[in-house]
Amino acid sequence: MITVLILMTAGIILGWLLHKKERFLKVSSELTNWAIYLLLFLLGLSVGTNEKILNNFGQIGYQAILITIFAVSGSILVSWLTYIIFFRKNER
Amino acid sequence: MKGSLIILAFFVVGLLLGMYDLLPDQLLENDYSLYALYMLMFLVGIGIGSNKKSLEVIKSVNLKIILVPLSVITGTYIGVSIFALIQDNLSLIELIAVGSGFGYYSLSSVLITEISGETLGVIALLSNISREIITLLFTPLFARYFGKLAPISSGGATSMDTTLPVITKYIGSDYAIISVFSGVVLTILIPFLIAIIL
Repeated sequence: MITVLILMTAGIILGWLLHKKERFLKVSSELTNWAIYLLLFLLGLSVGTNEKILNNFGQIGYQAILITIFAVSGSILVSWLTYIIFFRKNER
Repeated sequence: MKGSLIILAFFVVGLLLGMYDLLPDQLLENDYSLYALYMLMFLVGIGIGSNKKSLEVIKSVNLKIILVPLSVITGTYIGVSIFALIQDNLSLIELIAVGSGFGYYSLSSVLITEISGETLGVIALLSNISREIITLLFTPLFARYFGKLAPISSGGATSMDTTLPVITKYIGSDYAIISVFSGVVLTILIPFLIAIIL
């Protein structure tokens, strides 16, 4: 996993150095899309051959949505507090 | 939204090809995904580093604005921890890892798959896609009842791009910079958080 983090950090530095090179940025954003497509295709492929996931797809999806509902509710409530305490008073 | 559908289409095509055994076995035996992941992370880094919006945003950093992504992280972790108490299929660690996608489903699902396997990867994919969809659908409601930071926090990492238009429409463009800032910070943190947690 450390490789992943090093690569991303190297990318950030390179991107920052080359942020005026439009052509380079266009190519790298196009490549990003294709890397995502490839990875999601491969994830689909390995899920498609995994009986355990396929047999429980409904339950997995249901769980995933519940996680999101809890995650979003938590974020909204904490940021509501942050808003009331730190942001709202400046607007009056 | 169009981008999301294309990504989903690739996943579904892969899923169908896998289910109906339409690909030669040697393609399945070799695992190219790790190399593709390495390339993706490098490219994502370039995207973040060269993003003109994120360069602008860094100049506007102050203590208060940092509280926004911090609230998103704290709130997400509190939320999934409560969920951990009422179910016993997934461990707290796994739930926190899935929550740490903050809506960036392509990156988080791939990273989590690589570390913890496909089951959790699929959960991360579906969960984080639904975070983006919930934000797109309910931003007007969130903005009305829970303050101007609510849509930004619901959007998580997506508040810098895919959900930014709808967010600024409902909370005003003076909050756009906060929205982008929060999204950029979360996007950078996602791989680090997932790697530390799992």
